[in-house]
Amino acid sequence: MTGAQILFLVCAGLILGSAVMVVTARNLMHAAFWLIAALFGVAVVYAILQAGFMAMIQVVIYIGAIAIMFIFADMLTRRDVRESRAQIGRNWPVAVLLGLLILAGLTALILAQPGVGRVAPALPSGLDPVAALGKALVSPDAYVLPFEVASVLLLSALVGAVYLAFLKKQ
Amino acid sequence: MTFWNDPIRFAADWLRDLLTGWGLAAQMTDILLALLGALLLITFSLVLAIFLVWVERKVVARFQDRLGPNRLGPFGLVQPFADIIKLIIKEDITPAGADKFLYNLAPVLALASVLLLWAILPLASVIYGVDLNVALLYLVAAGALGTLAIIMGGWASNNKYALLGAFRMVATMISYEIPMVVSLLIPAILAGTMSVRGITEAQGNVWFFFLSPLAAVIFLISAVAELGRAPFDLNEAESEIIAGFHIEYSGMKFGLFYAGELLHAFTFGGFAALLFFGGYGGFFGLQNLPAFAWLNNPFVQAPVFMLKALIGYWVIMWIKYTMPRVRIDHMLAFNWKFLTPLALILLMTTAVLDRVLDGSNWYVPGLFLSNLLIAWATVEILRAHGRRQRKAEAARVGTGCAQAGAPTAQQ
Repeated sequence: MTGAQILFLVCAGLILGSAVMVVTARNLMHAAFWLIAALFGVAVVYAILQAGFMAMIQVVIYIGAIAIMFIFADMLTRRDVRESRAQIGRNWPVAVLLGLLILAGLTALILAQPGVGRVAPALPSGLDPVAALGKALVSPDAYVLPFEVASVLLLSALVGAVYLAFLKKQ
Repeated sequence: MTFWNDPIRFAADWLRDLLTGWGLAAQMTDILLALLGALLLITFSLVLAIFLVWVERKVVARFQDRLGPNRLGPFGLVQPFADIIKLIIKEDITPAGADKFLYNLAPVLALASVLLLWAILPLASVIYGVDLNVALLYLVAAGALGTLAIIMGGWASNNKYALLGAFRMVATMISYEIPMVVSLLIPAILAGTMSVRGITEAQGNVWFFFLSPLAAVIFLISAVAELGRAPFDLNEAESEIIAGFHIEYSGMKFGLFYAGELLHAFTFGGFAALLFFGGYGGFFGLQNLPAFAWLNNPFVQAPVFMLKALIGYWVIMWIKYTMPRVRIDHMLAFNWKFLTPLALILLMTTAVLDRVLDGSNWYVPGLFLSNLLIAWATVEILRAHGRRQRKAEAARVGTGCAQAGAPTAQQ
């Protein structure tokens, strides 16, 4: 077992444990903080895969923006953030069955991929993955169209938010 | 390779030989050395924090026309140790209504988010933790963890003042992150890389300050906001919300917040030096001449970097002890209506000019002049805006008096 594998197992355990805590925590704020732990674990997995850019973006976007917004929303929605009702509904056997089915399906799909179980080759020494990614995002024969579509989508969301904020004021 | 050219690697190689000579596996040795390196870096920055307590107290005394600590040791140098002893022997209080785990985790995370930054801060061309190719994003990510620590502490304290302070701090940090990221992009554009060593090497002949002084100013302002120091210290605001998010913390838990804040300020001084003032290098091309090759020695570079970082820290302190606190609506309006548009315009100009003037003799003067032009236009717009506001105010006051028909107003 290599060091990367040990690290991956530790991270996977952290992610899964935190994810379970997100749905079982009685206190909504605790659930939000467990979610942050799970997201951080995913960032570490990206780092193990040598995708430093993805790891940083994961932390900046998911922890720095989205999780903070969750926490704000939690604080604004209700006075008492504790949940007192039963946490398991009547349909739990169906949910468990569905979950297991999805797990089995995903596992089968992943195992059918070529190259499962092989060690990832090291990156070529002269390659700068961030520069390559940046070039791919703006080159016409790569991802420029999806990139621009996403930009326009975000811009329209921004304009819409500003418009809604002005509506309320009047 | 000798000790004088590369001290850290020399010591590491020596230790590696020693440990493998004792029969330790090569992999194990690597892990041990990496852990030792991290420990060394953290210890260095924490010891530095002790020194910074003294620097901060001496400098604030100077700005306020006092003497500062001067009883313990020469120039009061032993004072920080007395402070630490005081902090350690204080009672460690956890409020009854607090969320125990998160309450205790918050100060650790706050200090950790600062220590994380030291991993990418190169003290010299051969003394650095790690040379990431996404270093500038890493800087932003560590800032996000700092925000998280503050909201965690503010909420877990179960105190209204603490929560208000945390809200204000998060509002500041999330808003000022945008001009900060944009001003970080400008050195990245000029250097063509996000690696901090790459940015330093790119400033060998000309500091980026001379290519984009406005970006340096925007970075400084947003750094001060991110630090939560005056004039952006609404999160602490002693006169309104007592001490903000760390109101409930006592003893060494408060000490961690405090040390984190001082170290954070120094670290941002370091980043300002690194991004705009040449970092450990940048002697205007002198270092390339054979007669001045000694400038490339790490024993010269590291003190130069620390000196530049200290100057940056001094400027941050100078701002802190000179400016009054801003109101929260002014703070947000300043960011969204002024700093963010300015930073975006500057980014577009720099990106276009960097392409157009690439390789020409006009590269440096062109970029500098474009910055001056933008600054001049900004000042003119602000002046016109201020005049309009004053006129509107004068008109309002004037008509108000006329309507009231006060006899004194007609004299």
